[in-house]
Amino acid sequence: MSTETAAAANTQEVVKEAVPKEPLFSAKNKRLLTDPLDDDNPITVQVLGICSALAITVQVQQAVVMCMSVLFVMLFGNMIISVMRNVIPSRIRIIVQLVVVASLVILVDQLLKAFIPDIAEKLSVFIGLIITNCIIMGRFEAFAMGNKIWPSALDGIGNAIGYAWILVAVAIVREIFGSGAISFPGIGQIKFLPESFYEAGYMNNNLMILPPMALITVGIIIWIQRSRNQKLIEEN
Amino acid sequence: MEAVNIFVKSIFIDNMIFAYFLGMCSYLAVSKTVKTAVGLGAAVIFVLGITVPINYLLENFVLKEGALTWVDPQFATVDLSFLSFIMFIAVIASMVQLVEMIVEKFAPALYGALGIFLPLIAVNCSILGGALFMQERQYTNIGDATVFGLGSGVGWFLAIVAIAAIREKIRYSNVPAPLRGLGITFIITGLMGLGFMAFMGIEL
Repeated sequence: MSTETAAAANTQEVVKEAVPKEPLFSAKNKRLLTDPLDDDNPITVQVLGICSALAITVQVQQAVVMCMSVLFVMLFGNMIISVMRNVIPSRIRIIVQLVVVASLVILVDQLLKAFIPDIAEKLSVFIGLIITNCIIMGRFEAFAMGNKIWPSALDGIGNAIGYAWILVAVAIVREIFGSGAISFPGIGQIKFLPESFYEAGYMNNNLMILPPMALITVGIIIWIQRSRNQKLIEEN
Repeated sequence: MEAVNIFVKSIFIDNMIFAYFLGMCSYLAVSKTVKTAVGLGAAVIFVLGITVPINYLLENFVLKEGALTWVDPQFATVDLSFLSFIMFIAVIASMVQLVEMIVEKFAPALYGALGIFLPLIAVNCSILGGALFMQERQYTNIGDATVFGLGSGVGWFLAIVAIAAIREKIRYSNVPAPLRGLGITFIITGLMGLGFMAFMGIEL
């Protein structure tokens, strides 16, 4: 899949070179932002960045912190790679890309440890794993290596938001059904289910907190998305 | 005995796929046939078995606070652990390069079948995840760390071979159209994960 998009990105670049100047938010640039939300969603369509998407969706606040970190790394990583794209020798590009991501992730990790240590503790190794999050390397390879800095920045933001909404959606489902309330930093827990439910015998579904339910929730999101958007359906 | 315990625990209870979802991207992408799944799984066992002990040495003799005292006692307060991400990933990237060269030389058919996914082992989360879990869990000696690396690799291998076998058969069943391919794979993985949870709490 990624080689195809890489090829597509390359042809796109050739076309772009011919056009002398275009407005900052041209139709094409807007599509860079909106495509990843649905038609080209990094998680449900490109199948990138699943690992972290599932592991940290037990609570909404963890998911939000994770999404912000990914947004930061994607945006700056895409911009840096895009600036350097003509000087990176293609044989060692993976290592160059890894070094760029690793430096950005170290920055994020140190910031999180300094300012929100308790959430950083819960995210444990998953902040470090942003380095090997396929979504980042995938976008570097498929887009930033062949495009100018501004479209690359938009692509980074678009894909990070596409990643974020799936993550937050999964986290909301899991937290509501798993613990009946969503905890926000600073506000505390907000209950979503009235007490009368519990009095009538309703119980929180502890299964939702366990890892396998994240997979099933994402599977259901894919189901809903593809039945609304028929062109995404696979052959077998 | 401790080593056996770590081995069984890392295969079944702390399974990389079912408990931590590490390496999901290649797990989903390469699990269409059992043959390629076996190849990639073996490569992951091999890379994890090599990189975890190397990273263990790196962690204990270079990165940890006070780890550099073997160079000079005055380095006792130096803490380089903030560099661990970049050091681990450098070790992993170079080891993967090596594996790629070996496979290309000795098993060209496998090289052809794995194609683009071999270099992607470098960005397979399970490899870096193995190194980071090793750092977090602080194994007491290099033997335990190696066993942990191998066990995680075997767990990953089992998972990808199992899902590949299921996906080969599921082609003959009537899955709802929007669920075909990716969706059903997610749900099956979730169900397999529930099955693997039955191993929880086993102590050897």
